[in-house]
Amino acid sequence: MSWTRKILRVNLTNGTVQDEPLNMEWANDYLGQRGLATRYLVDEIDPKCDALGPDNKLIMTTGPLTGTIASTGGRYSVVCKSPLTGAVACSNSGGFFGAEMKFAGWDMVIFEGKSASPVYLHIENDVARLMPADDLWGQSVWAADHALRQKHQDPQVRIACVGRSAEQGCLYAAIVNDLHRAAGRSGVGTVMASKNLKAVVVRGTEGMGNVADPSQFMQTVKAGKKVLAENAVTGQGLPAYGTQVLMNVINEVGALPTRNMRDIQFEGANEVGGEAMHEPRKSDGKPNLTTNGACYACTIACGRISTIDRTHFSVKDKPEYWINSGGLEYEAAWALGPDTGVDDIDALTYANFLCNEDGMDPISFGSTVAAAMELFEEGVITTEHTGGMELKFGSAEALCWAAEVTAKGEGFGVDLGLGSKRLCEKYGRPELSMTVKGQEFPAYDPRGIQGMGLAYATSNRGACHLRGYTVASEILGIPEKTDPLESGGKAGLVKAFQDATAAVDSAGLCIFTTFAWTMDDIAPQVDAACEGDWSTERMMEVGERIWNLERDFNQKAGISGAEDTLPTRLLKEGAGSGPAQGRVSDLDQMLPEYYQLRGYGADGSMTDETRQKWSLPA
Amino acid sequence: MHYVIIGAGPAGVNAAEHLRQYDPLGKITLLVAEDVPPYSRMALPYYLADNIPSEGTYLRKEPGHFESLKIDLLQGRASSIDTQAKRITLLGGDTLSYDKLLISTGATATRPPIDGIDLDHVHNCWTLKDADKIVASTRPGSHVVLMGAGFIGCIILEALAEREVDLTVIEMQDRMVARMTNQVMGNMIKDWCVSKGINVKTSTGVTSIEKGTDSALLVHTNQGESLPTDVVVCATGVRSNTAFLDGSGIDIDMGIVVDDYLQTSVPDVYAAGDVAQGRDMSTGEYHVQAIQPTAVEHGRLAAHNMVYGHGVPHPGNVNMNILDTAGLISTSFGLWMGVEGGDEAEMCDRDNFTYLNLQFRDDVLVGASSLGMTQHVGVMRGLIQTGCHLGEWKDKLMKAPNRLSEAYLACAQSQHKALGPV
Amino acid sequence: MQKSLHIDPGKCTGCLQCEAACSLVNEGAVNPSKSRIKVFNFHDEGRFVPYTCTQCDEAWCMQACPVDAIVLNPENGSKDVLNDVCVGCKVCTIACPFGTINYNSSTGKVVKCDLCGGDPECVAACPTQAITYVDANATGLDKMRAWAAKTDNAAGA
Repeated sequence: MSWTRKILRVNLTNGTVQDEPLNMEWANDYLGQRGLATRYLVDEIDPKCDALGPDNKLIMTTGPLTGTIASTGGRYSVVCKSPLTGAVACSNSGGFFGAEMKFAGWDMVIFEGKSASPVYLHIENDVARLMPADDLWGQSVWAADHALRQKHQDPQVRIACVGRSAEQGCLYAAIVNDLHRAAGRSGVGTVMASKNLKAVVVRGTEGMGNVADPSQFMQTVKAGKKVLAENAVTGQGLPAYGTQVLMNVINEVGALPTRNMRDIQFEGANEVGGEAMHEPRKSDGKPNLTTNGACYACTIACGRISTIDRTHFSVKDKPEYWINSGGLEYEAAWALGPDTGVDDIDALTYANFLCNEDGMDPISFGSTVAAAMELFEEGVITTEHTGGMELKFGSAEALCWAAEVTAKGEGFGVDLGLGSKRLCEKYGRPELSMTVKGQEFPAYDPRGIQGMGLAYATSNRGACHLRGYTVASEILGIPEKTDPLESGGKAGLVKAFQDATAAVDSAGLCIFTTFAWTMDDIAPQVDAACEGDWSTERMMEVGERIWNLERDFNQKAGISGAEDTLPTRLLKEGAGSGPAQGRVSDLDQMLPEYYQLRGYGADGSMTDETRQKWSLPA
Repeated sequence: MHYVIIGAGPAGVNAAEHLRQYDPLGKITLLVAEDVPPYSRMALPYYLADNIPSEGTYLRKEPGHFESLKIDLLQGRASSIDTQAKRITLLGGDTLSYDKLLISTGATATRPPIDGIDLDHVHNCWTLKDADKIVASTRPGSHVVLMGAGFIGCIILEALAEREVDLTVIEMQDRMVARMTNQVMGNMIKDWCVSKGINVKTSTGVTSIEKGTDSALLVHTNQGESLPTDVVVCATGVRSNTAFLDGSGIDIDMGIVVDDYLQTSVPDVYAAGDVAQGRDMSTGEYHVQAIQPTAVEHGRLAAHNMVYGHGVPHPGNVNMNILDTAGLISTSFGLWMGVEGGDEAEMCDRDNFTYLNLQFRDDVLVGASSLGMTQHVGVMRGLIQTGCHLGEWKDKLMKAPNRLSEAYLACAQSQHKALGPV
Repeated sequence: MQKSLHIDPGKCTGCLQCEAACSLVNEGAVNPSKSRIKVFNFHDEGRFVPYTCTQCDEAWCMQACPVDAIVLNPENGSKDVLNDVCVGCKVCTIACPFGTINYNSSTGKVVKCDLCGGDPECVAACPTQAITYVDANATGLDKMRAWAAKTDNAAGA
């Protein structure tokens, strides 16, 4: 088993909650989490519906390994239609919330409709209640979390919550759980807020006792933990430096997008990378990084727990920020740093705190600020728009200010909340938006890492590194080294990463395990935990089925193969420096082969044959 | 050296064992009043509820435990003590000499002086024999009136409820377990009992009991009610067993007066447990606490002082209680009722029957009480006993009282004031 | 040779593998709420502090038990609850000033760390050696003090 086989359906329009059995047929085909919830979404919503209207649904979903003792088995995802991209949104988060859902006895919570007034959902084991949240509306995630803890007087509750940015309609608002873990991308927080749902509070004391073969499971889990511990990336690099271990690496290979991707290397990378977080500060002798923190059951512990220099301009009069909280991860550090040209690690940490405090995706936020800075330097956006702020590349003040106004949805922050695509369209320069399908890029320039260009262009949720992380192969040599500047062979590589990732996500595990684990390490854990036979081959099949299900949803939502592309800058403007100097993305060379491998038409359309092959719903 | 211990409850048994530990060669005689091996009164309710056999109540389970420690068990009751001659006279006339004496005779249930209190079918619940009588006379559906919703009453209440009897509780005070609850908590316990189908009449007294016609008994209350019932269980109070000490020269107040070495007013005579009026750590005053942990600690401390002489004075025991009232667990510690000029933090969730009340003097926790909590409750004792300064954690607790364990880890652990053995 | 749990909060990442393993092995389900070891998260200070019974020499719980249901394990020095003897009176849970013996209302018994009979699962599960099983050469109180000194930052920060 390992599924609780129970889902909670919450109708916000009627204010009702009811439980229903999990569709096990679907679970056999889609495993759990990302795949299974998408199957529900496909079944239950019109792909063309208004993402911010009552017809969209929001699904919080766990995998069969969520809440088990498998390393990193604490993930949950939020699945809905994205307001940022119009495509399927599936945002994955760690922390402890997902495991607690399982301990309370739920595989999934489906929210439908829209509440007339703000509410939050309180789940205590098998009892779930909608509670008024009028007093929480208008509060940040951190304030609401505090208020909910006060109210329920239980230090052990786990809370997922949206902040003011979501309430104000910021299109890349995140759902933040455990104060600084987030279902970050694609505006899932915006959807949650659109339903007048402020938070979900969960407490589970029933536990997870339904592993299919406990002794076999313990054995495979122990073997898996050993592999993670002995691997240089998961055993040493990530615990010590977090994902920030990548900052200098990616800069050196010439794939660190800088200043809205005008440049490909950042002169200040060394100031904002993983090593810099260990450097003692002048003011108090303490480093930015206090310790590393793990998500539930994670034996890697890449999470950063950081402080901001109390003398830094951003917080010197704000003791409420003198605490430890979630520090810089690589993607956030890149978006807030190199992409905006800011090399002030305290400013980055402050902006990151604000992203957590008010629930914003720091990748989309930073990239949007970067686009706004380019628009400012181009003279399109002026101090009249910003109310006086000089929105220049490299300005730490501008970054901190932008985070403050966007978090609260004030003034120019409303424009920044539109995301890069809509912002650039609004100001008449759509070509300056570094997005795919409306979602901002993460921290790898596809000119310097060719496979990532294809991964971004074809990602089912818009530009994203977590849908096919070929960086592992192209830079880190995992599972085998490929040349980052070579586009040949990348179609198959991208497809393999995409399918594997979908399966790993759907199990409830963290994708970072795959720095060390292959599917041969993962499948046995799923197999021991779940009923039925879960071989490596079946896992890969499930992954591919999920991929195509998502793709089919997007097609039905009106997103065609024409949108499998990259901004002109990456296709036409050669990289300015580094090993990739002069190179553009060879997307056009990779895409046809990719479509062929996927069984799509030459225009990228889903064919009936492929649909039938994977038994996708009509 | 001959040590004699009168009374084989937890204080007496612990004292005997520690005497043996401290003095391997001395002669130890433990006087057992009842015709059964030393047993725990605390376990009686579980016997009553059929959860354990009578052997399950025994303080020590190992066969030959006392023999192996060369502790002589002597069945008998003391009738008087000649402290000059250091000689005890037993009921029946036998005598027993001692060099050092520990009195740990505990307490006895009392019955209020009302008409009919001595009728058949009116029981105490104090001894194993009492429990046997209640077991024999009740079955599911039997009507039972329980007089007294104090600490003992509530424990019995749990056991009676588990016997599925039709239960009515009559309590003179305005709330349940007034000795360990404030108004809020007492009422929450009452609400809980009512929700479990138990009739609870607070601020009500029994005026008389008479033989019934349709039922065994008829209980009359000062509210003008007459309740037919099969059985009355009387749990209205206890008193220390000190009657046999008349003329011994040993000072008696509410219990036997002891000093900070648990010695009575007469040299070489000590007292421990429910019979002793020992020092209360929180108030510095001398009270009969009548609780298991204090009895045990008294026993150990008395044994220590009897063997080694008087070294470090006893700082007193933290008064504390834990009670399971038909499945609802309540605790109280130290000055749970608060202190003048102190601060109070309260958390109350009536719907879920959870409650926590903390009492501070400055930034030191001096008392606490809780309802519906089972995890880490011992830290309340830890914080009170260490008397540690909570600093900023006091403010945190004022806002979120249930962050107690964190406060304990952050403060008591790091200030590590001695939590040494008593 | 007697061994005891040694906890180094500085190494703890708060992953709760110890809680998961403890509850799985001792309660048959991954259920941190029923774990005998508990990791406290001092969020604002950026510290995680695992906490469980130190098998202290004073054995407050064992001393307070009215029915001899908590016994010294001569093999490893742990104080073990005998489930078939425990009547569920809970007096040990208030007697233990560390709060490390707790009542489980679903079983009607108290639970505490028994070092898993000499092979503690939390130690095996801990990925960072924050919890280790080492030779016991100090009294429970001394262990507590040594351990406490390491948590000083938690109170001071």
